[in-house]
Amino acid sequence: MKVVTRPNEPIAREVTIRNKEGLHTRPVMKFVDLAQTFTAEIKVRSLETSETVNGKSAMELMLLCATHGTVLEVQASGADAADAIDALAALVHEQFRLDRPNA
Amino acid sequence: MQILTGTAVSPGIAIAEAVVLDAEELRIPRRMVTKEEIGPEIDELDSALATSIEEIGAQHEDVKHRLGHDAADVFNWHIGVLKDPILRKDIVGLMEGRQYSAAYAVSTVMRGLQRRFMQMKDPLLAERMRDVQDIERRLLRNVLGKSAEDISHLSQEAILVAHDLTTSQTARLSSTKIVGVALDVGGATSHTAILLRSWGKPAVLGLKNLSTHVSGGDTVIVDGLNHMVVAGPDEATLEDYRSKRASFVKLIDALDELREFPAETADGVRVELHGNIEYPFEAGVSRQKGADGIGLYRTEFLFLGDDDPDEEEQYEAYCKAIAGAEGKQVTIRTFDLGADKVTQKKHFEPERNPMLGNRSIRYSLQHLEMFKVQLRAILRAARTGNVRVMFPLLTTLMELRQAKMTLLDAMEDLDEAGIRYGKDIDIGMMMETPAAASQCKEFAREVKFVSIGTNDLIQYLLATDRGNERVSRYYTASHPAVLRTIRDVVRTCVKGGVDCSLCGEMAGEPVYTLLLIGLGLRKLSMAPNNIPEIKKLIRSCSMKKAERVAKRALTFETDAQVTNYLRAETKKLLPDDPI
Repeated sequence: MKVVTRPNEPIAREVTIRNKEGLHTRPVMKFVDLAQTFTAEIKVRSLETSETVNGKSAMELMLLCATHGTVLEVQASGADAADAIDALAALVHEQFRLDRPNA
Repeated sequence: MQILTGTAVSPGIAIAEAVVLDAEELRIPRRMVTKEEIGPEIDELDSALATSIEEIGAQHEDVKHRLGHDAADVFNWHIGVLKDPILRKDIVGLMEGRQYSAAYAVSTVMRGLQRRFMQMKDPLLAERMRDVQDIERRLLRNVLGKSAEDISHLSQEAILVAHDLTTSQTARLSSTKIVGVALDVGGATSHTAILLRSWGKPAVLGLKNLSTHVSGGDTVIVDGLNHMVVAGPDEATLEDYRSKRASFVKLIDALDELREFPAETADGVRVELHGNIEYPFEAGVSRQKGADGIGLYRTEFLFLGDDDPDEEEQYEAYCKAIAGAEGKQVTIRTFDLGADKVTQKKHFEPERNPMLGNRSIRYSLQHLEMFKVQLRAILRAARTGNVRVMFPLLTTLMELRQAKMTLLDAMEDLDEAGIRYGKDIDIGMMMETPAAASQCKEFAREVKFVSIGTNDLIQYLLATDRGNERVSRYYTASHPAVLRTIRDVVRTCVKGGVDCSLCGEMAGEPVYTLLLIGLGLRKLSMAPNNIPEIKKLIRSCSMKKAERVAKRALTFETDAQVTNYLRAETKKLLPDDPI
C-alpha cells in the first residue's frame, strides 16, 4: 500500500477487495458506518471502471459493483483525513471484519 | 420514445396513460404538483423516509432475534439507503427541478437504481435489484399513505403495466377502466393470456423489463396486432396509432355483422364454431359473437375465489352457462387443476416439474370426493340443456375407465338420493398428450367425442413450457409434428365415427383456419372474440381450396415454412385483415 500526500490535496490510498462476496450489503454498511464517524469527505474510486462515488453513501458504494479482487482508491479530504484513510484501509484489508456484528 | 416487442395475446390497439402495478398493487395517483405544493410534498417525503426507517428497524430487531445477525444485516443496508443523503438529494432534485410529486420522484429514482443493478455482471449484486424494489415499495406505501389507490377506482381509462399478473388479478380487470395490458413476463397460452383474450382488450406479454422503464402517467400504446408496446410515443407515432385504432374498430364492427350468418364455406360445407369460456356469463357473450355452442367450459376457474366451490355453487354456475348457451351444445370439461392453474401454494405441495406432475385428471382421480362432487353438479345441470362432459389430460386408457367409473358412481349416488339428472350425457375426452394421440384408435372406441387441446398437446410434443417467454420461439402450432398429430387424430376419429373438434388457441388464429378445416375438422372452439373473424375466413374460401392448402402444408419440413405458407394463403383470402 502506498500513501500519497500532497499539500492541500486530498490524500488517497489503494486497497484491494479481498473477501469473496465483494462489496456487498454487509461490507458496504461496515464501510459507511465507519466513514460516517469522520468529518472528512470520503470518496471511493474503482480502478476498474474509474467511477468515483461518495464513501458515506450506502447506495452509491453498492453501485460501484466492486467484486473480489477489485482495486479501489479511497480518497479523503478534511481535518481527520489521514485517520479516516488509515481506518478505512484497515477495514477493507481485514475483509470488513464481518465476523463482528454491525453496531 | 421506446419500442418493445413481446407476444400479443389479444388483438387491437390501446392508447392511454400507464398505471404501473407492483406486487402490492400500489399505483401513483398523480405525477406533477404545483409550485406551492412542492414544500409540503417534501415534508411528506421526509416523514415517509423516517417511517420507513422505523419500520425496518423494528423488523430488523425481530429478524435478528429469530434468525441471527447474518439474516438481519441486509436490513441494515435498506436503512443505509433510506438514510443516504444522496438518495434524498436525487429525489428532492426531481421534485424541485421538475415539479414531480413525491411518489413519482421516488418511483423514478428507484426504478433508475433497479435498472443499474439489473445491468450488473455479478449475479449476487444484480440480485440487489429486489432489495431496491422492496425499498421502493415500502417508501411508496408510506408516501401515498391513505391516498394509495387500487385499479378498481380509476377515474380515467388507463393501460396496466406490471411485471406479472396472477389469474385472479386478471379476472378482476373487467370491472375496471383498464383498456390494455402490458406485462414483462408470460407467453401466448399462459392462463393469464387466456383470460386477457376473453376479456377482449389489447394485451402484449413477455416484454422483459417494460415495467422498470415505464412510470405511472407515461403515455403507452399497446399494439396487439404487431406484438409491440410503445412507451412515450412522439406526436407523429401517436397520430398514426389513433388512425390505426379507428380502422381496427371499424373492422371489428363489420365482423360482428356476420353474426347471423352460418360459418359455411363458399362450396357449402358447414363448420361449427364454438366458444371457449372460463366464466358462465361468457356463454352469453359467445352467443352474441355468433357461437354455435360452447366447446370448452374451463370449470377450474371456479377455484379463483377465496373458497372452494361446493356442489350447489358449481351446479348454479353450470346451469347459468347452459342457460346462456340458449339450448346450444355445452361441453363441460372437468377440473384441470394443478400446474399453473390455481396457485401451487393453495392446493398443492410445490412440485419440481408441475407441468409433468399431479395435475388435471390425475389430480381429480386422486381426490375422488372432490371429483364426484363436480360430476354430480354437472349431471344435475345436464338436465337443463344439451350438455356433454369431457375429461382432460388423459394419458392411459385406465384413467379414462376410472373417470367413467367415477361418473357412474356419481349417477348411482343421485339415483339413490332420488335426485334427477341428465342420464344421456355424452362422455368425451381432451386429446392433449402425445401418448393419448398415438393410442387414439383405442381411446376412440371408448368415448363419444374427442376434442384436440392444442395448447397442452404442443407443449408436450415440443417439450416447451407454454408459459415461459424464454422458450416461446420453440412453441409453435406450425411444427410439422403438430400438424401430423392433428391429421392422424382427425383421420382416426373420422374412421371410428367419433365426433372430433379442436379447442386450443390455434383454433382462433386465422392463419390456421384453412389448414384445420382442410384436415377434416368440422368443429372449432375458440375465444368468443375470435369467432367473427374465423367465420369470415371460412365463408370466403372453398373446402376444396382448404383441403389443398392442408395437403401442401403437410409437405413442409420446418415450422417457418409452414407459417409462411399458411400466412400467404390466408392473406390472399383476406387482403385487408391484419393477419
